[in-house]
Amino acid sequence: MIVASSKPFQEIKQMLSGFKKVCVLGCGSCVTICHTGGEKQVIELAAQLRLSAKLEGREVEVIEDSTLRQCEWEFIEDIREVIQDCDAVLSIACGIGVQYMAERFPKIRVFPGLNTTFMGGPTEQGIFWERCAGCGNCILGTTGGLCPVSRCAKSLLNGPCGGSQNGKCEVSQETPCVWHQIYDQLDTQRLLATMETIVPPKDWTTGMENHPRKMILEHLVMKK
Amino acid sequence: MIENKTDIKSGSNLEKLLRSGQFAVTAELGPPRGADRSVIEKKAALLKGYGDAFNITDCQTAVVRMSSIAAGRIVLDAGLEPIIQMTCRDRNRIAIQSDLLGAAALGAKNLLCLTGDHQKFGDHPMAKGVFDIDSIQLIQMVKILRDEKKFQSGQELKASEPRFFIGAAENPFADPFKFRAIRLAKKIAAGADFIQTQIIYNVKRFKEWMKMVTDMGLHEKTFILAGVAPLKSAGMAKHMKHNVPGMDVPDEVMDRMTAASAVKKGKEEGIRICLEVIEQIRELKGIAGVHIMAVEWEDAVPEIVQQARLYPRPMV
Repeated sequence: MIVASSKPFQEIKQMLSGFKKVCVLGCGSCVTICHTGGEKQVIELAAQLRLSAKLEGREVEVIEDSTLRQCEWEFIEDIREVIQDCDAVLSIACGIGVQYMAERFPKIRVFPGLNTTFMGGPTEQGIFWERCAGCGNCILGTTGGLCPVSRCAKSLLNGPCGGSQNGKCEVSQETPCVWHQIYDQLDTQRLLATMETIVPPKDWTTGMENHPRKMILEHLVMKK
Repeated sequence: MIENKTDIKSGSNLEKLLRSGQFAVTAELGPPRGADRSVIEKKAALLKGYGDAFNITDCQTAVVRMSSIAAGRIVLDAGLEPIIQMTCRDRNRIAIQSDLLGAAALGAKNLLCLTGDHQKFGDHPMAKGVFDIDSIQLIQMVKILRDEKKFQSGQELKASEPRFFIGAAENPFADPFKFRAIRLAKKIAAGADFIQTQIIYNVKRFKEWMKMVTDMGLHEKTFILAGVAPLKSAGMAKHMKHNVPGMDVPDEVMDRMTAASAVKKGKEEGIRICLEVIEQIRELKGIAGVHIMAVEWEDAVPEIVQQARLYPRPMV
């Protein structure tokens, strides 16, 4: 899933200053699961905005809504009516949702209420870790199912660097060295010989460095 | 792979000396955080004659310093042989190969290939780390440039190729321990002509690693230079132990430095420990030399080299 964290309230307040009618818009997908962009957070954030406006003597109308997915035209079309007389939308979806809103409703100012952080998931209650860098050329089949591109601080492909100690990454003692984990996993699977092979430089043409990337499913594309 | 140890690849002083079977001494010379060449000239004057080649660090610990290639040329002008350090942190494969052509054109013959310390440790932690390739891939790229006259893309290099004596680092104190000899083997297979190890304070663990290395016959395929560094004080020992990634400073060394620092004899004890390490490792099977990393303490090097009876350096 896409993991996103809440922007500081001060920053949100600053973005929205001067707008009279604001819609706080949640998204029912990834960000609901990570407790930052769901219906519950819409209610909380809207209340916070109303309260701060009241305390500061500002007249602001804050309305609330959510859609199942802000990253699909069909779903955001449903809220056209709700937001039509708003002068700003605070989207608490990921950056994709924010852009879909901005593109579909060009006359309304759309602001991000979240910082989209990474693709990952919760490993335990309240703790999220990055798991995929979207490099476009998956190598998990050779690394015991653990991704060194997203989980190694240097995205190394040939094993742990010289800073791996006691299973921890040199960059942070809180981060497991993924290459140590890969080593243990391959050891368990009796595949350690894999680690002896030199992996050549990665072809990054499918990776983030070559954005914007595009995928076409020929069989679904409607002929014009 | 035996020809790897005898065929001259770069013609550097370090290469000729190692291939002639003599014990080599390399030391580190850190470029300044400024544009003043006299700083390097002073360090070079201090180190001249006390080593066979000198490592010019590449923005070590991710702190901005003068370019290792530019500083290397100044060192060369001063009559010393540089080992240019090259990391993958700040450059992609295009920039690295470009810099390698430039370094070779400026007279550099030794290259140490490193992944590089993470930018988080440096003076610009907000910088974007590159890490397009890793150290093993870098070694391979430099070897293919030299031996096959091909760029990393596979395109042919039609002009003169950069001919480097290719070095790599290995840390016997990192984990998983068993992988450390395998990683060395990977670096050798990729093309490492010589190896400089992480600083040794834990001689026992270093010996265990060397046993694995020699059992695998790796010492016959590359030249292994053992890394040493004099500690200055108990504070520095503590810093090394807790803050420098991949460092192993045993309690015994900590205790000796603490006791010596208490009576203001830290530097003397640090040099003594360094000399003891050299004594314990120089006769080990598979050790071809020693690499002295006296970080911002270059004037300790002449004393260490002399006291270790490694002076004067042989002419080749």
